[in-house]
Amino acid sequence: MSIKDLLTPFTAWKRITKEPVTIRDPFNDRPGAERYRGFHKNDVNKCIGCGTCEDICENEAIDMVPFKDPISGDSGLRPRLDYGRCCWCALCVDVCTTNSLTLSNEYTWVTVDPEDFRYTPGVDKKAWDDNEKGWKKPEGSYEFYNINRVEMHHLHPEDRDKSFVEMVKGYSREQAIAEADRCVECGICTATCPAHMGIPEYIKAVRHEDMEEGLRILYETNPLPEICGRICTHKCETVCSIGHKGDPLSIRWLKRYIADNVSSDKYKEILNTKDLSNNHKKVAIIGSGPAGLSAAHYLALMGYQCTIFEQYEKAGGMMRYGIPEYRLPYDSIDKDIDYILSLGVDIKYNTRIGTDITLEQLNKDYNAVFAGTGLHLGRSTGIPGSDNEHVYYATDLLRQITAGEEIEVTDQIVVIGGGNVAMDITRSLARMQNQKFGKVNIITTALEREKNLPADLEEVVESREEGAIINPGWAPQSIEIENGRPVGLHVIKCNSLFDDTGRFNPQCDITKKEFFPGSMIVQSIGQGMDLSFVNEDFKKDLEFGSRGRVVTNAYFQTSVKWFFMGGDIIEGPDVIHGIANGHKAAIGIDNYIQGIDFTPAK
Amino acid sequence: MDLTKMFQFNADRSSYPELDANGKPIIDLSSHKYLKLWQGPQHPGVTGNMSLELTVNGDEIVESKTHVGYLHRGFEKLMERRKFIQCFPTCIRMCVAEPDPNEYILSACIEELSGIEVPETAQWLRTLALEMARLQVLLRGVPGQAGTFSLGLGYQWGNYIRDLILDRFEELTGGRVYHMYILPGGVRGLLPDGFKKRMEENLKLVDEFLVNINDLMYNNIVFKQRAVGLAVIPVEWIDQYGVYGPAARAAGIMRDVRKTHPYLKYSELDFEPYTTTASDVYARSLVRWHDLKMTVDLIRQIMAKMPDKGEIKAPTPNVMHWRIPKGETYVKCESSRGEYGMYMVTDGSDMPRRVNLKGPSYTHATALLERLLINANIADTAAIMVSLATCPPEIER
Ligand SMILES: Cc1cc2nc3c(=O)[nH]c(=O)nc-3n(C[C@H](O)[C@H](O)[C@H](O)COP(=O)(O)OP(=O)(O)OC[C@H]3O[C@@H](n4cnc5c(N)ncnc54)[C@H](O)[C@@H]3O)c2cc1C
Ligand code: SF4
Ligand code: SF4
Repeated sequence: MSIKDLLTPFTAWKRITKEPVTIRDPFNDRPGAERYRGFHKNDVNKCIGCGTCEDICENEAIDMVPFKDPISGDSGLRPRLDYGRCCWCALCVDVCTTNSLTLSNEYTWVTVDPEDFRYTPGVDKKAWDDNEKGWKKPEGSYEFYNINRVEMHHLHPEDRDKSFVEMVKGYSREQAIAEADRCVECGICTATCPAHMGIPEYIKAVRHEDMEEGLRILYETNPLPEICGRICTHKCETVCSIGHKGDPLSIRWLKRYIADNVSSDKYKEILNTKDLSNNHKKVAIIGSGPAGLSAAHYLALMGYQCTIFEQYEKAGGMMRYGIPEYRLPYDSIDKDIDYILSLGVDIKYNTRIGTDITLEQLNKDYNAVFAGTGLHLGRSTGIPGSDNEHVYYATDLLRQITAGEEIEVTDQIVVIGGGNVAMDITRSLARMQNQKFGKVNIITTALEREKNLPADLEEVVESREEGAIINPGWAPQSIEIENGRPVGLHVIKCNSLFDDTGRFNPQCDITKKEFFPGSMIVQSIGQGMDLSFVNEDFKKDLEFGSRGRVVTNAYFQTSVKWFFMGGDIIEGPDVIHGIANGHKAAIGIDNYIQGIDFTPAK
Repeated sequence: MDLTKMFQFNADRSSYPELDANGKPIIDLSSHKYLKLWQGPQHPGVTGNMSLELTVNGDEIVESKTHVGYLHRGFEKLMERRKFIQCFPTCIRMCVAEPDPNEYILSACIEELSGIEVPETAQWLRTLALEMARLQVLLRGVPGQAGTFSLGLGYQWGNYIRDLILDRFEELTGGRVYHMYILPGGVRGLLPDGFKKRMEENLKLVDEFLVNINDLMYNNIVFKQRAVGLAVIPVEWIDQYGVYGPAARAAGIMRDVRKTHPYLKYSELDFEPYTTTASDVYARSLVRWHDLKMTVDLIRQIMAKMPDKGEIKAPTPNVMHWRIPKGETYVKCESSRGEYGMYMVTDGSDMPRRVNLKGPSYTHATALLERLLINANIADTAAIMVSLATCPPEIER
């Protein structure tokens, strides 16, 4: 040690000439950095209340609380923050399925009431609500889950346009697990599904590769999983929270994956239905569509003896006689139906109620009756020429195709209609033209413009891939007949369908005309119900509501206590509504037969 | 002129404590020659919630016992009940002063066990964040040593610059102290515009600080008088007591994970950790001064070499139910205090089966500190403890 060591430290004195670095005025506002993780903000109109933020928060700083203006596809809840717990990690922001949740760069908040620190961002107004700065997940940089769907393998157009082979191949094990991994288990899908299926639960079973558990969950609410796993209208997917930033989960294909991967001989053991009890009560079911089958299934589980009366040769209703085989193969239908029949459900084929047996007779012989007779009457356009024998209804042709009957297929066909049924007949006839003539020549036209077509976009795209011409936006005027056969369809431009008040009131431009040549015309503009099995006397006791529909209560009981109705004739039209109605009706029938008082008519 | 003699005040206590036949001190409190003195858990010199139960004879320590248990957090146990992503807000609090290595080792364990490759840009950003963390710690740690001898001035200087580094952290990560920047798969953001320029301005201040603090501390007769020769760690203790990082390097043993087991981008950087041999408080402090200097240089190298753009995070499975295959791993990095590692066991579920943090404070503040304090002066307790850079939260995780 030296004298230098005594003196050197005094060099610190040179700092005396420097500006002080401390901020003199503590009231000066110092804004947080651009990315600062400050107080929460939530765009409550974008937020869907999925609760994923609540799930990820390890501090349990978030509670989901009721929100006053929910919209559909929304849980009706919004996140409430508790700043006594939050550590501002912003994991909630990063996981948010809609990007509605962000943090402002505000970090000072003084209040005398500690309760203030529990608040619902976006609902309880705060000074930083309009602050654009603060933590947001860097756009497009990363996600906490895969927002892109695992691609499903489809047959290429050239491999499918001549045959009725199933076109969607189904997921492999790896694909299914990867797809199931994307779910955040918000359950908004469950709320939206008409049958309220336990969707996050069965997706979890796929993740955990527990097919047996998966099957049990499916059957709690849906006894037709092979079918729904293929053709369900999947309302669930339209609200899936992952769909807000990316592709919704392939909920439908995951359901199919479970059903496809359990062989039918294991069903009874897995579902514990080997020894069902018998309560010696009988229920008659009219129609073997999804509504009737679902009611029979759940009644059978409760010990009822069910007999289904079906006018056709086979069971399944529109699922078999409407939906084409390339979308829903018959062995998938059989797998679901055979299991239901194996529970002791009896079915009388080729038996039409109203002609072969009367409804009154059923009332005498059974404790209750459920009718799920569907919509089977084709609707006519009523234009000149539509009564010609070569002008068909789509549903008639589809039924004949299923039944293996010979149908007329000409080399030039026009289909009228823009819905999914129109696409089904278009694509079926296109396949048959291809088989017969080696080429496709079909024009499908509809009132609606392209962007408003009621058919699913994928149906339109795939129809075109298979060679059909979809030419929407035309109103049919007349069918030109020559020598007793159609030669084509006259149409005029249709500009709009609804008036300002939202009423159906097509506006057309008669100066813009078009002629679509065709030696065969198919009408596919909707189906009506056939209630002829209910005689006129009995009809007097039934209460009818708007649009000629029978009024039922929440358990699908009509004003005639022993008579329940469901499926397309009441709600829908789609398979899952039929299933949901059948299940609810089964509970209602059980209550009715047991004499339990239940909900009043709706 | 030799000034050393002028400052020699030590009393002759050669006959205390009395030793028994085995050379162990005979401590009989009823003799009134000994006194129990608690340093901590609220003592400012105890760098956190921990306490030393000292038995003193006059102002000389004859026995010391380290007591932990004041933090009651149980983070390792909590993590066994957290999904992997949820472990982060917990884990970063294991060492409060330098949270980034916590984030890094937890991410690295998860990545290793699930086979995730971190993108290049993210690796550079991680390296930067870890060096910024070290910089921020040493800006207080280096002058803090003088602080234990009541020379607080340097600490004020360092703390000011540290605040500026926290500004950089704030703009990079969104947080000043808890950054939550490193997550499994990568990091949460690229450098903001103009970051490098602002960082360079701060580094210039650190350059100046290094010179000033050198004058203030290392060429200071009082500092030298108190630090030189104090609490010498003999080289053979390094392994016996599990001594790491700067404390080992001050004894001439090269222990720096960045050099010995390079991770992230360290193998692409040019640096040579400083070693010396005196192994006393002065030497350990000097190693930290050199570490600070090296960190400034490393940050400059990183900013020059790193890409400005690129992927910042590899895709991971859905964090809400990420299950990690059965396995175990130990991952380590070099914190400002030395090797900082995590042992993780997974059982195929969505939560870790076991997480164990291995930080240098555990060995440094218990067995080693207890030994070093024997025969030390009460007034030197804080200095010795700080020279080992102990972080009680890291012991009690
Ligand atoms: C071409 C086409 C494609 C479709 N595609 C889809 C789709 O992809 N996804 C989807 O979810 N839905 C689809 N649907 C709708 C779906 O098929 C129906 O909504 C559903 O089948 C209705 O079920 P249901 O039980 O009410 O009636 P239906 O399925 O129509 O079954 C009624 C049954 O009752 C029988 N029946 C009727 N009257 C009597 C009587 N008096 N005596 C005895 N038996 C009688 C009928 O023969 C029939 O078997 C499609 C419909 C059609 C026509
Ligand atoms: S910032 Fe972190 S601690 Fe706060 S509410 Fe969000 S997830 Fe919870
Ligand atoms: S994660 Fe986002 S969308 Fe879901 S509830 Fe939270 S804030 Fe709303």
